[in-house]
Amino acid sequence: MVPNDAAASVRTTYREALRMALREALQRDERVFLMGEDVALYGGTYAVSKGLSEEFGEERVRDTPLSESAFVGAGIGAALNGLRPIVEIMTVNFSLLALDQIVNNAATLRHMSGGQISVPLVIRMATGGGRQLAAQHSHSLEGWYAHIPGLRILTPATLEDARGMLWTALEDPDPVIIFEHALLYNFEGELAADAGAVDIDSAAVRRVGDDVTLIAYGGTLGKAMQAAQELAQAGIGAEVVDLRTLRPLDTATILASVRKTHRAVVVDEGWKSGSLSAEVSARIMEGALYELDAPVARVCSREVPVPYAKHMEEAALPQVADIVAAARGTLHRV
Amino acid sequence: MPALGADMEAGKLVEWLVKPGQHVKRGDVVAIVETEKGAVEVEIWEDGTVDALIVELGTIVPEGTVLATLHDGAGAAAPTAPRAVSPAPVAPVAQAAKPAPVVIAAERYKISPAARRKAQELGVDLAKLVPSGPEGVISLADVERAAPAAVAPGAPAVDRMEAMRRAIAAAMSKSKREIPHYYLANSIDVTSAVAWLARENAARSVQDRVLFAAVLLRAVVLALKEVPELNGVWVDDRLQMSQQVHLGVGIALRGGGLVAPAIRNAQDKTIPEMMAAVSDVIRRARAGGLRSSELSEATVTVTNLGEQGTETVYGIIYPPQVALVGFGRVASRPWVVDGTVQARDVVQATLSADHRASVGHRGAVFLSALDRLLQQPEKL
Repeated sequence: MVPNDAAASVRTTYREALRMALREALQRDERVFLMGEDVALYGGTYAVSKGLSEEFGEERVRDTPLSESAFVGAGIGAALNGLRPIVEIMTVNFSLLALDQIVNNAATLRHMSGGQISVPLVIRMATGGGRQLAAQHSHSLEGWYAHIPGLRILTPATLEDARGMLWTALEDPDPVIIFEHALLYNFEGELAADAGAVDIDSAAVRRVGDDVTLIAYGGTLGKAMQAAQELAQAGIGAEVVDLRTLRPLDTATILASVRKTHRAVVVDEGWKSGSLSAEVSARIMEGALYELDAPVARVCSREVPVPYAKHMEEAALPQVADIVAAARGTLHRV
Repeated sequence: MPALGADMEAGKLVEWLVKPGQHVKRGDVVAIVETEKGAVEVEIWEDGTVDALIVELGTIVPEGTVLATLHDGAGAAAPTAPRAVSPAPVAPVAQAAKPAPVVIAAERYKISPAARRKAQELGVDLAKLVPSGPEGVISLADVERAAPAAVAPGAPAVDRMEAMRRAIAAAMSKSKREIPHYYLANSIDVTSAVAWLARENAARSVQDRVLFAAVLLRAVVLALKEVPELNGVWVDDRLQMSQQVHLGVGIALRGGGLVAPAIRNAQDKTIPEMMAAVSDVIRRARAGGLRSSELSEATVTVTNLGEQGTETVYGIIYPPQVALVGFGRVASRPWVVDGTVQARDVVQATLSADHRASVGHRGAVFLSALDRLLQQPEKL
């Protein structure tokens, strides 16, 4: 992940990488515009679009009223009519107000029109907990969206993906939703100076190991990497798979890793019941049952609305120690 | 499948004499098994109700395989531990020795899919697997551990035994042809050593307990220091004494085989270390996995046939070594101590030595040193 040649890389943040991607998109394609609550004058709730309204003008970086259904619907209309809108929704919890537009309209129109029209819309939104913002701002509902045919669901977890997924998403003729875990915005690291578009089809092996596969995405990737490091100290080789794209899932990469390690732990900030982690686990069962040396383990959020109190929030979300314990369990080493 | 003699590795189930649901008493004949010695009646060890007949008629299975399960009336099915009516002396059935934390019995094993497939590939019998996981699940690692030891019923085993038999024949013939053996025997009172070990073991966990054989091996190593001409090899018509004691240990294999791998640098090992080394080498000798150095570098050999009740061993030296120490069983005997007859634990220690390398007097010094050392076990 970190380029060897320091001269060819820049020190930056996840937020900054997202902004670079937005700027590049606005520069490269005049059909592209950004809209959402507070994205222009205020620079975005998470300061992702700071400075862009000055740079590109009010027409291309637009503040909207507090009406998710209305401005997502406007985005769909613009996309249908030839533009390439990027719509920012403040958090996934608020996106529920726009579910009708996203699920009933954006996801279906290509199919219902027999391919006559499509919706080349990109929606960005923050997801996840860990910042004491309580239950109405902290949930991880990306798994719900991954349930819907007609949508593509991306979860950038690295600087490269924050920088590179947007352009590829804009080139997709169908709606794409990008989930940015809110804890990642301040994440700092090295990014290649020439970093650019990346694929949005495949999962990535972020660390190689032989004993157990940790499957994570977005906000849980860093925790899985940290767990892998702790496991290595105990002589356990953990392979870490970053899903990157939740729909369509890259089942082949998951299965290839599990066929090698024979053990899997799915780490997901969503709840277990009816979840993405359940889907990943089921695919492993369907495709690699006879390779498994232990039941697939899952480390997910407790089945409660994410609490406000710090200690309770920590207890409710997946933590590194939980991942380590689950991985050891699959190896019968408790 | 009971062990029906030391040369048996597998048997063919030819007849069931019981049905599921039938009540059986200890001693009932429940099945007929065919071996190289002919048909043998298998009797049951426990009272209970037959739960399930697991092995199908006509199947050849390795000894130790669960043939059927029993209900003991308390609800849980227990694997049957049948044993032969005849011949009378029966080697312990494999299950008895297993430290299995969980009984594997029913038709459905608790085994991971990957482990089940691996076992099939390697021809490992599921009934012989011991789960190492906390929930009694058989994992890949358990199968891989068991794989080298798995008995493959059929031709290859016979060939291996044939080769081993020829090797033993060549070595022993050479020994008796070339080595002028002399033999000495001493009865050694080991009462205090046995009592000392019992006290030591009381403080140890079950798996760390030490067998008396390890005490004897340690005493042999120390006695050899006093008579170094018994520790070495006879090569090019002269004795080459060895600074290190690579202590060969005679290990009987299933099917009548014999190996005597060396515990290397035995002079540096305490009694618990000696025990660990012996356990390790026995396990590997039986599972396959001895190293060539262990098979070629022994400087002296000890053989212990006491387990079978033998009182005195007159061993054949393994060339090019120059001595072999034998131990019989430790038996309680009437013994004169301070002018009175007492019951004492006594073992017969023997020395077979190469008269080219040592003389009888030095051999006697060795056995008497062994006796003296065993009277003060705490100093070993």
